Amino acid sequence: MSVRGDQAAGPASRIRPRRPLEARVRRAREAVIHTLLFLCAFASILTTFGIIATLLEETVAFFREVSIWEYFTDTKWTPLFSPAHFGILPLLAGTLLVAAFAALFAIPVGLITAIFLSEYAPSWLRSAVKPVLEVLAGIPTVVLGFFALTFVSPEIVRPLFGTSQIFSALSASIAVGIMIIPLISSLSEDAMNAVPRSLREGAYALGATRFEVARRVVVPAALSGIMASFVLAISRAVGETMIVALAAGGQPNLTWNPLQAVQTMTAYIVQVSLGDTPQGSLEFRTIFAVGMTLFVLTLAMNVISQYLLQKFREVYE
Amino acid sequence: MTTAETTFRRRLLARKSSGIGFAILCLAATLLAIAALSVLLIDVTSQGIGRVSWDFVNSFPSRKPEEAGIKAALWGTIWMMGLTAAFAVPLGLGAAIYLEEYAGRNWITRIVEVNIANLAGVPSIVYGLLGLALFVRALELQRSVLAGALTMALLVLPIIIIAAQEALRAVPSSIREAAYALGATRSQVVFRQVVPGALPGMLTGIILALSRAIGETAPLIMIGALLFVPFTPAGPLDRFTVLPIQIFNWASRPQKEFQENAAAGIIVLLAVLLTMNAVAIGLRNRFQSAHRG
Repeated sequence: MSVRGDQAAGPASRIRPRRPLEARVRRAREAVIHTLLFLCAFASILTTFGIIATLLEETVAFFREVSIWEYFTDTKWTPLFSPAHFGILPLLAGTLLVAAFAALFAIPVGLITAIFLSEYAPSWLRSAVKPVLEVLAGIPTVVLGFFALTFVSPEIVRPLFGTSQIFSALSASIAVGIMIIPLISSLSEDAMNAVPRSLREGAYALGATRFEVARRVVVPAALSGIMASFVLAISRAVGETMIVALAAGGQPNLTWNPLQAVQTMTAYIVQVSLGDTPQGSLEFRTIFAVGMTLFVLTLAMNVISQYLLQKFREVYE
Repeated sequence: MTTAETTFRRRLLARKSSGIGFAILCLAATLLAIAALSVLLIDVTSQGIGRVSWDFVNSFPSRKPEEAGIKAALWGTIWMMGLTAAFAVPLGLGAAIYLEEYAGRNWITRIVEVNIANLAGVPSIVYGLLGLALFVRALELQRSVLAGALTMALLVLPIIIIAAQEALRAVPSSIREAAYALGATRSQVVFRQVVPGALPGMLTGIILALSRAIGETAPLIMIGALLFVPFTPAGPLDRFTVLPIQIFNWASRPQKEFQENAAAGIIVLLAVLLTMNAVAIGLRNRFQSAHRG
């Protein structure tokens, strides 16, 4: 009875489980692939946690020995000498000085280049200029630092301002400016390209000149996208390391004179890691505290930039 | 002529001439960017071309500038790139495929995407601090090629992800729908239809990300890539140096001979980078025309 029952169920059980089994294997394989891919995406979250955790750990250890008040108000930064002072202001001022002069030079050039590419240039000229800007964007910053040191400083800054200093904030600024011009021009151009044609045509129909269309219609319409590119470029300038490490001088000066040598936050971190500061010492922890300051500053600017871009997209996309 | 007419004519002239003035300004600004690149290339070439030779490429660094070369740095860079690509490419493509093809439009996906955009804006030196604390010290990889490559992989990961996402987005959804209609599973659709279609775009992104990594100096200084390395790495746990660090080392010395060496090193570095960029741009152009056609 049981034998016959088995025989009766035999053929059916040989056929029917095949599909569920295959489907189960299929489904399991899909689930494994799905999980693996999710883990890849999750790695980026882990990176952020890693950055914040490592910076926070050493920064907290640093602030157990140095008061936050001293860090933000002391006007001297001499952690490697005695008497040691831990005032971030000279490094912060150096960083902002270099970034400000870079922006002063790069924002007009970058914006006008973007207007030219988006509103004026015929397509053959655009396709000739854009690769050049892309190559410029791809130049490693150590090369721009070398350029600042061997060309910008002796051939432009020193003769123009009659100084004898090799290292100055201004030479670094000019090279940083060259670095961020392609960034500003390509992001601003993208923003202007997203402005609908009908706005331009409306203005032309009212008799506006090309310049008036660019200045009164396209730029205002793309303004939040353009501002996003400025903020992102300044953030890039603040985080830039090799140009300032080579050309800005490496002396933590609290000054607003761009012809003096200054040290930026990034250049200080490089200086310490080139030396043989013992790990776990207070001097070693300074680079994490400075790194944290830099991270927070650039993150804030990136968030502002993304917010502006978001606002821009809501209007046009 | 009435006064209104003269006023109109005067204003029209002013408007037109300010337009011409601005057009000239536009041309000048664009030329300035091009001029900066040209002057840079001329400056570097004129200083360094005399030092570029087979001996320069095939000699170890030396205290005597005329005997110094970039052999250790060049091999270090090759090791670095190979290992960085081995970590960053699978991880980056996997993340991009997940975000574009698998993830639902929910808050987790949004957080991951915002996070990637923010990571792309973190200064490279902060990645160096992460590498120093995590790979060099916590994982005890010491100041090895492996520690450097892992740091660099994290640095270029957001660039690869963003480029690969764009490439995937450019694949028309009709291709996915046709494959699903024939009964393909999601992974079959993704890996047999979508990814092959997006491959040229992905490759472009990978090449651009790696060329960024080749020129990157600061994070490797942080993890302590040696400035004076008279040997080539034999394995992933050996100490190393790379081209940009060798250039930095020479450029920060006052002697003219070392400056010339720096310029010669830059010529080699730029030659590598421009070749990679040309390949990437070529791929992209082919990719664009393939999708239009």
